[in-house]
Amino acid sequence: MEMADKIRVLDPRGFPPKVVGKRLANRPMSLDGKVVYLIDALFDNADVFMEELRKWFADNMPSVETRIIKPRESWQDDPEMRARVVADGDAAIMGVGL
Amino acid sequence: MGFALALEEAGIPTIPVSTHAFARLAKATARTGGMPTLRNCYVPQPVVGRTASELRDYIEGMDPIEKRPFMQGVIEGLTQPLNDEDLKGATFERERPRFLEPDTEENLHQLFLENHWTDKLPIYLPTEQRVEAMLKGTSQAPDKMVGQMRPTAFREAWAFDVEKVAVNAVMAGARPEYLPVILALAASGVSARSSSTTSWAALSIVNGPIRDEIGMNSGIGAMGPYNHANATIGRAYCLTSQNVQGGSVPGDTYMGSVGSIWNYTACFAENEEASPWAPFHVDNGFKPTDSTVSVFFGGWYTQSGFGPRESWKEKFIRCLTATDHYSPPLIVMDPIVARAFNDMGFSKQSLIEWCAENARMPARLYWDDQWVTTLLKPKAVAGIEPFASRWKAAPDEMISMFAPADINIVVMGGETQGAFKMISGRFRGLGVGTMTKGKEPIVSVDDWR
Repeated sequence: MEMADKIRVLDPRGFPPKVVGKRLANRPMSLDGKVVYLIDALFDNADVFMEELRKWFADNMPSVETRIIKPRESWQDDPEMRARVVADGDAAIMGVGL
Repeated sequence: MGFALALEEAGIPTIPVSTHAFARLAKATARTGGMPTLRNCYVPQPVVGRTASELRDYIEGMDPIEKRPFMQGVIEGLTQPLNDEDLKGATFERERPRFLEPDTEENLHQLFLENHWTDKLPIYLPTEQRVEAMLKGTSQAPDKMVGQMRPTAFREAWAFDVEKVAVNAVMAGARPEYLPVILALAASGVSARSSSTTSWAALSIVNGPIRDEIGMNSGIGAMGPYNHANATIGRAYCLTSQNVQGGSVPGDTYMGSVGSIWNYTACFAENEEASPWAPFHVDNGFKPTDSTVSVFFGGWYTQSGFGPRESWKEKFIRCLTATDHYSPPLIVMDPIVARAFNDMGFSKQSLIEWCAENARMPARLYWDDQWVTTLLKPKAVAGIEPFASRWKAAPDEMISMFAPADINIVVMGGETQGAFKMISGRFRGLGVGTMTKGKEPIVSVDDWR
């Protein structure tokens, strides 16, 4: 193909930010005796899902202490809630929508 | 997902649970959060509408994405030791050369189509010559940063400059003299390509002298395909949104279940000259000689009617109470309707207040709505008014759906009929998927000339 047949056009996409790698948190050997926060993300029916998850742990892994917690608003960060999970919790499960 | 990333970073093993329909989105968000090995688990879609027993079956069933028992994934995800990839995460930059690799016109059209850089309608290829010509429509430097945009609140925000907007304006077929309007729309920070499952769109209204300067139509067929400026400005705003924010690809950066026709183009001009009331931008603190754009986040529903006829109150109440009340109405009135209300003694504001006062429904119906439950109930529980009072109401107590500040009126149309429309369109406050929290998305066009 002749270069003359080719044309040059501009890229329509924006400028993505640099992604900085972050490590996962260290894992415990087991959840026995640990506190697991069940974070209700506030989507419609997520509260029912989290309650069923709490019951599953009570039935199947009673040595795990589960605590259901909710952020103040959907789609918004809640630093106070995160601080509580970090201070008192050993692990977290969050969800779920839609 | 942002919560999960932040908790992992703070030392708390975390499992984000999503439904299977959101798997690609969840994985992409983890990757651009620098944590591609985040241990997501999945349950079937939907969760909404499922009973406690059905959700327990999800929990005791299979993860439809990872093909293992759901709870096995959860427990292993919280306890399995980390490998090298878990420990280092992923650091990367995404290079964006100004130009694409040269190719034939036919191949480039195919490239734009396959990369989802178009709305699937034909485009103009953004050659250097065309983009330079477009940039003559503004005095702003091509490398001046306009802002940031993202498909929804929890996704990464991408930045963009004047040239990027001009590139997309060329693709949409806009003319250089439209560019200040397109730049102002982009500068609103509201994406016209929200990824929300609710298929939102961004409807925009142009006010001030710029309407006539570039020949916009606010008369007959004002909301239809009858004017080059209206059509291509709206399309340019849509293409700009999807490309500068990093995409609008179904299943990845677009999750709207049924989609929206307003996502092709939705930019309109107010018929200020035929309106008995002050123009929209003047109501919001601008001078009549200022040119502005105002962005309404919605397009979810449309109610229509004629009037005001003898039974207009009943008709308005039916329309208002038929709206999906998380998204308040932008009321678009033909000048005939506006003048008739004006002759009846209504100002624009008093009519808005009448609508807010009379748009009422039983509390049990108000709260039985997916987005109201998801987004407004937490505010109500937290004691934030007016939601707290609505939450405290007895199930059959009639409660207000909107505050006056939620409702807006714009006059447009060609006076061939006394028509009105109530279109889903939030102007003030938080719009899902936008960056306009607490900010009114009204932008001076004159600042971008």
